[in-house]
Formats: sequence, C-alpha cells, structure tokens
Amino acid sequence: MKLEDKKRVLREMVVHRRFEERCYQAYIERKIGGFLHLYPGQEACCNGVMEAARPGYDYVITGYRDHVHAIKCGSDPREVMAELYGKETGSSKGRGGSMHIFDVKHRFMGGYALVGGPFPLAAGIAKGIQMKGGDEIAICFLGDAANNQGTFHETMNMAALYKLPVLFVCENNLYGIGTAIERSTAVVHQHKRVCGYDMEAAETDGQDIEKVYEAAKTAINHVRSGKGPYFLELLTYRYRGHSMSDSRGYRSREEEEMWKQRDPIFILRDRLIAEKAMTMADYEAMEKEVDNYIENEVIKFAEESPEPKAEELEKYVFADRESQMPWITGKAA
Amino acid sequence: MAEIMYWEALQRAHDEEMARDPLVICMGEDIGVAGGTYKATKGLYEKYGPLRVIDTPISENSYTGLGIGASFLGVRPIIELMSVNFAWLAMDQMFNSAAKVRYMSGGQLTAPCVFRSAGGAAHQLGAQHSARMEKVFMGIAGLRVVTPSNPRQAYGLLKSAVRSDDPVYINEHELMYNMKGDVPDGEYFHPLEGSEVTRSGTDVTLFGYNISVHWNLKAAEILDKQYGISAEVVDLYSLSPLDREGIRKSVSKTHRAVVVGEEEAPVGVCAEVISIINEECFFELDAAPVRVNSALVPQPYNHTLEKAAIPNAEDVVAAVLKLFGRG
Repeated sequence: MKLEDKKRVLREMVVHRRFEERCYQAYIERKIGGFLHLYPGQEACCNGVMEAARPGYDYVITGYRDHVHAIKCGSDPREVMAELYGKETGSSKGRGGSMHIFDVKHRFMGGYALVGGPFPLAAGIAKGIQMKGGDEIAICFLGDAANNQGTFHETMNMAALYKLPVLFVCENNLYGIGTAIERSTAVVHQHKRVCGYDMEAAETDGQDIEKVYEAAKTAINHVRSGKGPYFLELLTYRYRGHSMSDSRGYRSREEEEMWKQRDPIFILRDRLIAEKAMTMADYEAMEKEVDNYIENEVIKFAEESPEPKAEELEKYVFADRESQMPWITGKAA
Repeated sequence: MAEIMYWEALQRAHDEEMARDPLVICMGEDIGVAGGTYKATKGLYEKYGPLRVIDTPISENSYTGLGIGASFLGVRPIIELMSVNFAWLAMDQMFNSAAKVRYMSGGQLTAPCVFRSAGGAAHQLGAQHSARMEKVFMGIAGLRVVTPSNPRQAYGLLKSAVRSDDPVYINEHELMYNMKGDVPDGEYFHPLEGSEVTRSGTDVTLFGYNISVHWNLKAAEILDKQYGISAEVVDLYSLSPLDREGIRKSVSKTHRAVVVGEEEAPVGVCAEVISIINEECFFELDAAPVRVNSALVPQPYNHTLEKAAIPNAEDVVAAVLKLFGRG
C-alpha cells in the first residue's frame, strides 16, 4: 500500500471505530432500536479488501454487521446514522434499520439478516454482471458461522460451476453468535471448506490491513480476470458481543485482551509512527478531529432529521403503481 | 385465436419474452437440456443457450436466491420451482429477499423476478408431492400471487409477470398442463389484479381459482340442469391482492357465496374471501357464506383415500343445496 493511502485508511478506520462506538452509546440512550451488531476489531478486513477493490464500482453485499461496509463503499456516515435512528433521511429511509443498510448508488447492495442469505444473492449479482458484460465484480462479506448454512455449499457449487465473478470474503471472528467455532464447525480453517468445489482460496491475518490488502489484490485479480470465484478467509476478532444483548460469557477476558494487543488500527498506526510518517500527537489530534466530526455532523444530522410519515407506511412495498398499470390492468401499450 | 395446451401457452410466453429482451432468463431444475418437467421451457435451451436457460443443481433456495440477486441488476429471471413442495426450500429467499428488499431498502432495490411452480394433488403423488401452498404465498407483503386456470391466463399472466417490476409468484397445477384452451394469436397481457366472471348467474356465486374454477363450472351446470339454481362462477386468478370489488359486486348480485379451493380449510384463500365478503357486503347476504376444501391430512397415496381428501363438483353442488335448505 502507498503511504498516502495508509494514512487515509488509518483515518477511515478511526471513523469506522468511533462511528460504531457512538452507536453503542446511542443504543444505551435508546436512540437506536432493534438489534445492533458492531464491527470494532474487524476494521482491517473490510478496509483491506475494499482498498484492493473499486469501492462504488464493484458490488458489495453483506450480513447484518453492515454499517462499516456501506460507509467504505461510499455511503455518507450521516445517512447511515440517520438510518439507525429510523429517520426519513436514512440510507433506507428509516425502513431498514441497522441490519438493512442499502446504498445502491454506491453499489452497496445491502445488509441482510438471515445468516448465509447473501451468498446466493452475491452469486446472482455476479450473474447479472456476467450477462451485462462489465468488468465489475461482486464481493460478499460474511462471517464464519454463515458457512454452516446450506446456502454456503449450494452457492459455492453454483459460483464455481458457472464461473461467476464473485469474491467471497469470510471474516472469521471465531464465534457464531455465542458459540465458538470449534464447538460448531468440524473444520476451523474456513478456506479449506471450498476445496470441495475446486475453488481458489486463501487465508490471511485479518488484523493487519497490509496483509489483507495483498491477499485481496491476488483474489480480486483472479476474479476480475474472468477466472471464476475466489474465497478469502481473514482471521479476525470482534471486541463486542454478537449484538447488544450479549454479555460475552462464552469467552474469557484474557482472550479478548490478547486480541486487543493485535488491534488493526494500532498495528497500522504504530507502523506509520515507526516509518516516521506521523507522530502519536498527530494520531491523537486526528482522533479528536474524528470525534468532533461524528458528534457535530453525524449525530447532529441523525438527531435533527425528520421521522418518516405514518401515512407513508405502505410506500415501497410494491413498485410505483402508476408505472406498473399496463401489467396490473393488462392494458399494455 | 388458436387452441393450445396450458404448457404450450407458458412456453410461448417464455419464448416471446426471451426473444424481446436479452435480460430475460429462465432457470430451474431440468428446464434446459431436458426441456422442462412440464415442457414449459421446451426448445428454449437450443434457441437461447446455457447462459440464459440455466439448468440448476437441485438447490432450490440458492438458485432462487441467485435469480433474485441477478434481478437486482435488471436481469428478469423466470425461476421454475419444479413442484411447489420444493418451493418450501426456497421460501427463505423468496420471502426474506425478493419480497422485502424493496421495502427495507427504502425503494432503492427491487426484485423483478417471476417464480413459477406446480402445486396441487395429481395422481397418487403422495404426501410430499401434492401440496397446496398458495395460502402461504398470499400472506407475504411485497409478493404478487397469481394462479392461471386456463391457457389464456397462463400465457397472459406470465407475460405480465415478466414485465412487472414486482416479484410475482405464479401458482400452476400439476393436472392442468395438458388442458386445452383458446389463446389470442397476438401478444396478450393478462391483468395481474382483478377477477373474471367465467359464467354469469343470479342465485349464488361460486368463487374459485385455478383447478377449482373447473369444479365450479361443472357444479354450475348440474345446479342449472338438475335443480334450477343459477350459479355465477368467479375466477380469482389474482390471490394477492384479492379482488375486493369483484367479490363485492358478485355477492351483491347473487346474495349467496360458496368459496371453493383445493387447499385445506384452516387458514387460506377461502377464509380470506369470506372475510372480504363479511367486510364488504355482509348486509347483502341471504345466507352465511361457506367454503369447500380438502381434508386436513397429509395427502394419502391410496387412490380411494386421495379421492376422499380432495373436493369435487358434487361437493360444491351439495354445499349450494345446503345453502338453499335443500341439502
């Protein structure tokens, strides 16, 4: 990675971290409802892969831990926060919530809440690309536990069979909700599982963004050049529970502390400081600047935005009725 | 106007839509090289090739999801689920992805997919190949449900479903693929909403859909010839949304209603139609509306038991006579 990119991405990762931590606070204040799944600890995964991809051009789809993926594709963090607040100005106009951020203009094709549900959708997006003849790729970010769904195997088979331009990124954070991977999964190293479909695969350290970036570059070159799908496993860790009601009783504080020693933001920060590209004071100033941005722009926007109107409850269930009249009435031109 | 079979009508609609728009594709089990279990895609593989006529593995939920994902980019997939019994496996993607994506994305994404499957009891197919599941589909927000009772509707509904931006589920019937009927020679789009009065009458309305329309037509004939009762037959080809206005209009004219479906009684199309009658025209009624349905049993294999489980025209006649105090 180039130095200026590393500096830019460091700030982005701090935005992502602070955004998520501020969500936690807003949830406690009951400003955010529903289920909330936070990303701290895993930032290098999304950032490393997307630095090697073309955000806003390549199609991205993921599960319910989706805020950071949307922002990385180009979503305005203010709109993502407004969505969490359930506001009309939110990414999905307040109809989706935390688990269903969508930003199609930036080709962020959504967060989905059924574990493993996005696998076939990603393959389908790749099928659409294949039919339209573009050089975009589809990137599907999911956790390790999604690989125990039938959709994983069914989709790997079809993606390989039809040679679809899709990259599957497995963010292996070692837990499926509150069950440790070795207690739910016969094969802990997830990239081994796709050899049954003759699919190219690799595994790398998901805490070091430069390693993620290099592995993703190889993977994306493979997919974009028409060689078919690729499966990239990133070893990572989520600091918080699965969602907000999770007190993390299934793992030790020592284990958590061990992973925090390998924090993706600190790894990059310390490297930049060692390379004399920045000082600790620069970093601290940047953190402060990011906190101000989150508070004064992102939270403020969400707080001040209007609610959707109750009379628009049924808007968006179906396509705009006027445009569909030829088929609704059978009076096609 | 030419008389063709139900499967030929479906095949013609596929062919015309695929010829018109290169983004229309079809996919499903055995639909390509094998030509389709019910021949609805016969000859299309040879004509349009494997990229557009996709023989899928037997992975219903995921190939359905794959079609839905492609539709996000403007592809218009016609997804065949060979038997409605297998559609249980695809309901996650149909309901959680296709039906909800427009709403939960605030109108940004839409899934213009067509799902087709054959349902209903045929000839001794047993418990796992005879399901009627329209009752499940019609309760899902964001999904249109239509069910053709003849070749004209099969052709025209599929054409409209492909063009519609909403996901549409087309409920076909195992026993109807060889049924013959007139289909217009020119292009014809059947409305996705509404109902049709198949036979006009004055004394009682027989509501039905798909195969039960044919039981009702036979019952109306018997009622007219043997009992002097004039029955109106209404074809509810759109199950979601149901045609409230059409239901109200007919009941307001005949003042009596029998609702007939091959589905099992508790929860379903028939219960919903009776609710609409109560809401729309309760004071027009001369008798409480009744329904005629299949028995609530896993479909038996044995021929005698199978027959006993499924209603027929005689059951409809008996229900009508009872309404008139003549049963």
